[in-house]
Amino acid sequence: MVTANAHLPIVHFSSLDKLLNLGRANSLWPLTFGLACCAIEMMATGVARFDLDRFGMGVFRPAPKQSDVMIVAGTISKKMAPGIRTLYEQMPHPKWVIALGNCAIAGGPFVFAGQYGIVEGADKIMPVDIYIPGCPPRPEALVEGLLLLEEKLTGSRRWPRVNPE
Amino acid sequence: MSLFPEIIRIMAYVVGVLAFVGLNAAFLVWLERKVAGHIQRRIGPKEVGPFGVLQPVADGIKLISKQLVVPAQADSLLFRLSPVLTMTLAVTVFVVLPFGPSLVARDINIGLLLIFAFLSINVLALFIGGWGSNNKYAVVSAIRAVSQNVAYEVPMLIIVITMVMITSSMNLNVIVSQQGNLLQWHIFPWNGSILSPLAFLIFFVCTLAETNRAPFDLGEAESELVAGFHTEYSGMGFGLFFLGEYASVFVGCALASILFLGGWQCPLGIMPGVHWMLIKTYLLVFVVIWVRWTFPRTTLYGLLNLSWKVLVPFSLVILLVTAAQLKMPWPF
Repeated sequence: MVTANAHLPIVHFSSLDKLLNLGRANSLWPLTFGLACCAIEMMATGVARFDLDRFGMGVFRPAPKQSDVMIVAGTISKKMAPGIRTLYEQMPHPKWVIALGNCAIAGGPFVFAGQYGIVEGADKIMPVDIYIPGCPPRPEALVEGLLLLEEKLTGSRRWPRVNPE
Repeated sequence: MSLFPEIIRIMAYVVGVLAFVGLNAAFLVWLERKVAGHIQRRIGPKEVGPFGVLQPVADGIKLISKQLVVPAQADSLLFRLSPVLTMTLAVTVFVVLPFGPSLVARDINIGLLLIFAFLSINVLALFIGGWGSNNKYAVVSAIRAVSQNVAYEVPMLIIVITMVMITSSMNLNVIVSQQGNLLQWHIFPWNGSILSPLAFLIFFVCTLAETNRAPFDLGEAESELVAGFHTEYSGMGFGLFFLGEYASVFVGCALASILFLGGWQCPLGIMPGVHWMLIKTYLLVFVVIWVRWTFPRTTLYGLLNLSWKVLVPFSLVILLVTAAQLKMPWPF
């Protein structure tokens, strides 16, 4: 998982900014929409076993005006791309984008010479904050991605990082 | 009564009511998400503060700091007015709610009438919000909300008329003081009307529908109408709608407990006070949340049929039976 677009604001209001970012990081409401099979894993993350609501992220808002983070879950076809871009533009600031799964990162298995229907990666149409690889990624990976987004906002990690070995 | 203490009193009540509405909304957001979690075999908010109690604070900070979008094609005045109006009307109702024997901002003798007057205007706030958004989903949702509220106001008011006939008062404090202990509660058939348990049930169902709660939340049916009348509202505009909704839920449950369950009176007749009012009301609010996360949403036709074909006839029967009973007490 790589964080991109890590930029700092020009003007700092230190304590207020910290408070606002802490509030935002603990209440990341995703936009309810799925494009393909990764959405099934996103739904699994929301319900009993993994429970995104533990972190305050379980409020999947149906309207883009009320959501903070867009989870691009699945293959972006060229026909769908303008709609997704519209949804992204309808979300009020501050907003973040997570590319969930190989298709949303770079087109996944649909990249070959002469393919005509697939947008090769969500970052071709909008800025992406977190990339979560996998086909589809496990719900744990999505939780980790959202925690990384929190880390990007607040600058500190919720739990100590676990080493893979 | 001199002028100065009166001003102090008014200011104290304004601050108190506003603080209570805010705290009530925060508590209900937390309770709703926690109860929803446990009903769905999840945990609910847990990481933000102990037991997730700081979750509403985080949500509030997030909503306040979110960009406010007024759509270019929207009616700017109506769009901005609607959330404020929803909130204002919900807060105004608290003026006549008796929390304790003397803990009421204005002890007026038409309190019940005033509450229903303001709750009826509440639907107008939703309607101008949906209309002003200039969004097809918002307009459809607003039309649904109006038809639903008109339909459910009829049985609700008939039940209220029945209760006023029994108590012969519209002063909420007088109604509460008639129900000194458990056996004198108006919900029981031996006090006033033999059909009053049914009256309580109809009143509670109408409260659910009036406050646009599931299973009657046709106004914000996510599966067909995006987010209903607040589709176009971002940030605190949306937050105010929710503050108003939770305040209305509290008012509805408080009214049910005042009319039927004895308000601030203790069931055993000892130590009446504000704590009994809060216990009874929040138990009813818990039932509202429980119903929301247990039953699926009805259809619009099912909703209107339930009101016009079931609740209105039954409430009219209750009205007639109660009137007969009050005039000729012998057969009962």
